[in-house]
Amino acid sequence: MIETRGLVKTFKDKKRGEIRAVDNVSFVCKPGEIYGLLGANGAGKTTTLRMLATILEPTDGTAIVCGHDVIEAPEKVRANVGFLSTATALYPRLTSQEMVEYFGRLNGLDEATLKKRVDEIFTRLDMNSFRDRRCDKLSTGMKQKTSIARTLIHDPQVMIFDEPTLGLDIMTARTIIEFIRECRQRGKTVIFSTHVMSEVDKLCNIIGIIQSGKLLAEGSLAELRSRYGENDLEEIFVKVVAPLYAGQEAT
Amino acid sequence: MSFRNVGIVYRKELREALRDRRTLISSLLVPLLLFPLLTAGIGAAISALVGEAKKEVPAVMILGGEDSPGILAELHGSDKIKVLPAKPDWKDEVINKEIRAAIEIPPGFQDDVAHEKFATLLIHNYEGDMKSALATDNVQKSLEKYRDRIVHDNLAAKNLPETAFKPFEIKEHNVAPPEKVGGAAFGGVIGYMVILLCLTGSMYPAMDLTAGEKERGTMETILSSPIARVDLVFGKFFLVLTTALVTAALSVTSMGVSFAVLGHLHAFDTAGADASAQLQLHIGIYTVLSIFIMVLPVAVLFAAGVMTVSLFAKSYKEAQSYVSPLMFIVIIPAVAAMLPIDLTAKLALVPILNASLLCKELVTGTYHWNFIAIIFFSTCVYAAAALFLAVKMFQREDVLFRS
Repeated sequence: MIETRGLVKTFKDKKRGEIRAVDNVSFVCKPGEIYGLLGANGAGKTTTLRMLATILEPTDGTAIVCGHDVIEAPEKVRANVGFLSTATALYPRLTSQEMVEYFGRLNGLDEATLKKRVDEIFTRLDMNSFRDRRCDKLSTGMKQKTSIARTLIHDPQVMIFDEPTLGLDIMTARTIIEFIRECRQRGKTVIFSTHVMSEVDKLCNIIGIIQSGKLLAEGSLAELRSRYGENDLEEIFVKVVAPLYAGQEAT
Repeated sequence: MSFRNVGIVYRKELREALRDRRTLISSLLVPLLLFPLLTAGIGAAISALVGEAKKEVPAVMILGGEDSPGILAELHGSDKIKVLPAKPDWKDEVINKEIRAAIEIPPGFQDDVAHEKFATLLIHNYEGDMKSALATDNVQKSLEKYRDRIVHDNLAAKNLPETAFKPFEIKEHNVAPPEKVGGAAFGGVIGYMVILLCLTGSMYPAMDLTAGEKERGTMETILSSPIARVDLVFGKFFLVLTTALVTAALSVTSMGVSFAVLGHLHAFDTAGADASAQLQLHIGIYTVLSIFIMVLPVAVLFAAGVMTVSLFAKSYKEAQSYVSPLMFIVIIPAVAAMLPIDLTAKLALVPILNASLLCKELVTGTYHWNFIAIIFFSTCVYAAAALFLAVKMFQREDVLFRS
């Protein structure tokens, strides 16, 4: 389970002064659900997810992930989280198996359990043919599978995906989408950020629309349709962010 | 801090480093090949060129002296110089290196000498040119022989003993054992090389493990794992320290072997005991161990310092531009140690210079324990401060996610 309570993140910029990248964001995501964080580029999605993964520390507010506070127990939070984004690259000089094993060990798995988990995941994701190939020699699809295996090795209860299909071809993107769906079926808590409406449409139980760091609207697709009187998610998104976006353009 | 996690990170970084061609070249290949190439290659080339220059019988001209047959006969009779007929453009010939020197004999030289009047001979040469200097030396030796003979004859004519002119002689006697002589000659260079190679050995991996990791996008991957940042820093730091020490150790070994081989070849070549003594550089196991113990905190200082500086960079290239100026900061005190400076309590607190000066003393077998203690502990304090700074930098979001 993920619960964010008034999350705030500010950055200092020499030219623009203090930037409020995330501004008082609160939401709840339960096990067996996929929470979709929908927003344009620079809306605050990545910063929010990085705070949940404890890569960044909130300036104010907090979040509870699997019962652990992101500020007070960041290492315990990370032990329960699988974090995947296009920015989480692989070590080029390690093989696919070594990469996954490295993260298994960092997550505290003993050698016997690690071997069992690696064999299980590599078979499940059909990765045995390239397990000894170096990551810099893998195709994009193979790299994505290795990244998925890396996030799964410690069997985390919470999965965080930050624009996981960005820049991927259709077939590789489908693998990721299938994997996210499978995580929900296994009862994991999933949070997923994107600006691709069709992915949200296909996957999410709850949608949060974020712009300029503020969570502007939240609810299931059915609830949002009824609230904004639009059937198409893209139209709903435009209606939600338009006032703030126009204000930003004017300044 | 979890030693298990530090070990996991260290082993992974070591595995990657051993698979990286650039690390292998900078940490293993360069130190192993640099000294043999420098000493055996360039050293042998210099030795051959100097030998060739010494073997050459230099061509010289004699200006004047028609009324002084004695000195002319002496110069013409020398097998160390070849006398060519004088020409009006003798100066151009010296400058153009067609002749190596010209000897100017003033008119009435022989008469002046016979009447015990003071006379001056002038050797025109090309200052800074080695062959001209060797020619001047050969001419001087011939002239000194001729002068000594005149002095001897004059003293005999007046029935005076040789001691009337030369009441005593001055001789030098070296009391230092050959290994100390070698140490004094090469000690400064060894300290300089060990310290400099510690830095160069740490530079590539430090940049690769910080700025390189940011550039490749693996920094976010590792930060999403449960490992504490302090464990991550120490795992990376130990790998950088390992490469720094391996580079320095290989360099010293390679340098020792090169010196030994060159010394042996030189001794064999000249078949003289004096020649081999000049190149003798005995470094015992205790000296090697002492140098490494003293260099260890310096290597820690470099590893942590270079990691901290590189972490600020967004890319490997940017890190190179930050780290390169560090070379100057290290080279200046390391070179200063090659000058005739003695260790003092104040200098023992100056980082890098202190270790460099101490290396020089250790190679000659001198152990000033009070200075050793000051240098070891002060360098440990600097190293601990650099390491603390590196850990702090890894906890700063604005450094890790600088865009």
